[in-house]
Amino acid sequence: MSAIVNGAGKVVDFVDQRITASNWLKRNIRKVFPDHWSFLLGEIALFSFILILLSGVFLTLWFKPSMAHIVYEGAYLPMRGVGMSEAYATTLDLSFEVRGGLLMRQVHHWGALIFLAAMSAHMLRVFFTGAFRKPREINWLIGVVLLVLGVAAGFTGYSLPDDLLSGTGLRIIEGGMLAIPIVGTYMSSFLFGGEYPGDDIIARLYPMHILLIPGLILALVTAHLMILWYQKHTHWGGPGKTNTNVAGAPFFPIYVAKAGGFQFIVMGVIVLLAATIQINPVWLWGPYDPSVVSAGTQPDWYVGFLDGALRVMPPWEFYVFGHPVTMSVLIPAILLPGIILTPLALYPWLEQKATGDTREHHLLDRPRNVPVRTGIGVAFIVFYILLWIAGGNDFFATILEIPVNWITWFIRIGIFVLPPLAFWMTKRICLGLQRRDRDKVMHGRETGIVMVSPDGEFSELHAPLSQAAAYQLTWHERQLPSDPGPATDANGIPNPNYRSKRAQARLSRFYFGDVVQKPTREELEAAHHDGHDDTHRELPSGQH
Amino acid sequence: MPRSLPGRSRGSRIGRLLSTRRRHPLAAIAVLVAVLFTAGGAYAALAPTTSQNVQAASSTQIEEGRQLFAIGCSSCHGLNGEGQINDNGDVLGPSLIGVGAASVDFQVGTGRMPLAAPAAQAERKPVSYTQDQIDAMAAFVANLAPGPAEPDEQYLDPSQGNVARGGELFRTNCSQCHNTTGQGGALTMGQFAPNLTGVEPKHIYEAMLTGPQAMPVFNDQTVTPEDKRDIIAFLDSVQNEPDPGGLAIGRAGPVAEGLWAWLVGIGLLIGMATWIVTRSSKA
Repeated sequence: MSAIVNGAGKVVDFVDQRITASNWLKRNIRKVFPDHWSFLLGEIALFSFILILLSGVFLTLWFKPSMAHIVYEGAYLPMRGVGMSEAYATTLDLSFEVRGGLLMRQVHHWGALIFLAAMSAHMLRVFFTGAFRKPREINWLIGVVLLVLGVAAGFTGYSLPDDLLSGTGLRIIEGGMLAIPIVGTYMSSFLFGGEYPGDDIIARLYPMHILLIPGLILALVTAHLMILWYQKHTHWGGPGKTNTNVAGAPFFPIYVAKAGGFQFIVMGVIVLLAATIQINPVWLWGPYDPSVVSAGTQPDWYVGFLDGALRVMPPWEFYVFGHPVTMSVLIPAILLPGIILTPLALYPWLEQKATGDTREHHLLDRPRNVPVRTGIGVAFIVFYILLWIAGGNDFFATILEIPVNWITWFIRIGIFVLPPLAFWMTKRICLGLQRRDRDKVMHGRETGIVMVSPDGEFSELHAPLSQAAAYQLTWHERQLPSDPGPATDANGIPNPNYRSKRAQARLSRFYFGDVVQKPTREELEAAHHDGHDDTHRELPSGQH
Repeated sequence: MPRSLPGRSRGSRIGRLLSTRRRHPLAAIAVLVAVLFTAGGAYAALAPTTSQNVQAASSTQIEEGRQLFAIGCSSCHGLNGEGQINDNGDVLGPSLIGVGAASVDFQVGTGRMPLAAPAAQAERKPVSYTQDQIDAMAAFVANLAPGPAEPDEQYLDPSQGNVARGGELFRTNCSQCHNTTGQGGALTMGQFAPNLTGVEPKHIYEAMLTGPQAMPVFNDQTVTPEDKRDIIAFLDSVQNEPDPGGLAIGRAGPVAEGLWAWLVGIGLLIGMATWIVTRSSKA
């Protein structure tokens, strides 16, 4: 054993003396990564993506992206003699005749659902903790692009088997394109090679699905990780954890073992889902036929919000010079994604505008400490979930046994009322939590022990927090709304920048005007020395 | 061809006879009679033969049906099935004149009638009558006026049907409301297309034939009895088909799948992530 180790050591030494990599390696291999469950969400996405690539390669060996019409004569008896495309027939072959094919199809599909869900969860984590702030804006942008590419990968894949759901999904895409004024009909004609559905679309989506989009995702994931590596991971504050360091475990051996193990867990969970829960049983949907739209037709979850928006949009169409402008499709299918994605992509800069803060941030925010950002995030989640519900309105109608029209009207009104309500509630909850944190720091933890003084006064005993616990609640920065300063200087000369400064101050006040500030040193000392003035008692009065 | 020559000469002789007599005073009447016989004969030959079962029903059965109808149905449908409209113009019960035995067998045989309470749609519930009683009421209603009769046994046997063809017919004609596997779906204002799992072939046939509630009628001319048998065979096949991929999660498609991906998939993985993090090595 030791001979092998010695031999390996000699080889390594030989290489190192010639290319001198040990310094670089030592620096990078010992790179420190902090530990928190929420930092692993991106890893779930990464590992599920690897599994999607592997299972996808398997599927390409049998799948034929051809819309050639054939009559099925395969192993699945209920479809024998039915006319269909070669793409659908080979998907049936993959499911019923290729050994392990159905498992691989299900791994691929479950993997895709998990991949997109993990990306979304990762993005929410980054948003709510403020990890997108300088210097990480580029990685935030790459993340937004990755999410869009992920949806594109999912949708093109959903369309390939040429089953009834695939085709209905493409039909909706075609409808969305046709709603674009002037160029819509041309776009549809180019994409489908003429009239919908044509014979080309699957052969065209295939290279996008297996080459172009995954290639872009792979390249951007690499860039994402390289930037992460270079900028180092953010971490939570705490004793010894500051804005200028990273506290955690070294990449090798600790993190390699953890991440490697987690990779197997992620892949294991996806394969477990795939092996036990049936997903997209295309043989039950039947081959695509443009004249058929089944009840209960839905897209995969990540496109569900768009379908939902289409479903609840009131009919609205007008004519310009005899040409229809179909707002009921244009708004939900074409404008809505832009309305969602643009502020999402630009959010780091929007918030920078409010804070006026151009420093680097490597410490994360606890969501409660930035109540307005947290409120905006929750309002968006509510908005998105409402559109999800709209996308499944027929399911909710049958399960809840209420008219589908009620659900539609609930969404139509709720989409405007509930997100602001969610914003306000979230902000109030955050402020409440902040106030509790402040009370805890000032007066200690409530013990639940109620004391009666000889005068008959009741008071609750508060136990002071430990130094470390108090620091956990106070390491964040004090964030005061900015002050625009006087409109004119001492000599009465107007400040030329006053108007923009005032606008910035308004935004800043919106963000930080209500924030409950952590106690100052003076407040803290006063509270600790002057417990008697407070309605809460820190110590039993008998001991004073 | 020489063989056809005598026939043609005979034909021309009849033609000559007709042309000479066409101004006879009785010619118009003769033509009218001939046309009426042809049309009537064609109708008798081609129209749905519904009155045979009515003939077969004995008068005692009809009388029993009449009595059952008077007790169980007449409060809404009227004593003679003529239907009732109250003063506000609401239909208490539609007229049953001409709905036929198939309609009675479907509505009462699936428990939809008698109605428990007025609602958006009558729901399937435990049946209140025996099959003999249902047959008696069906005979009574069929006796009011001709209508679709109960289907022939030979069209109800799933093993006789073509599953693949039935699947195509089902997807084209039925899946819009009932979903590709017959799971059902929502319609407007609280109405719904029911789940077809476990519904008897006879009732599926009768539903197509009579178009209960929001359902359109697929009569035997549009969807032939053989087509209906194929659809019945498809439904039988699809509901007895195993799910090779594992748990079916309702066979409901992407909504259920997305729910599982988020709740079970991401939920489990976040649980695992939390666990991994607690496995802290103090290195």
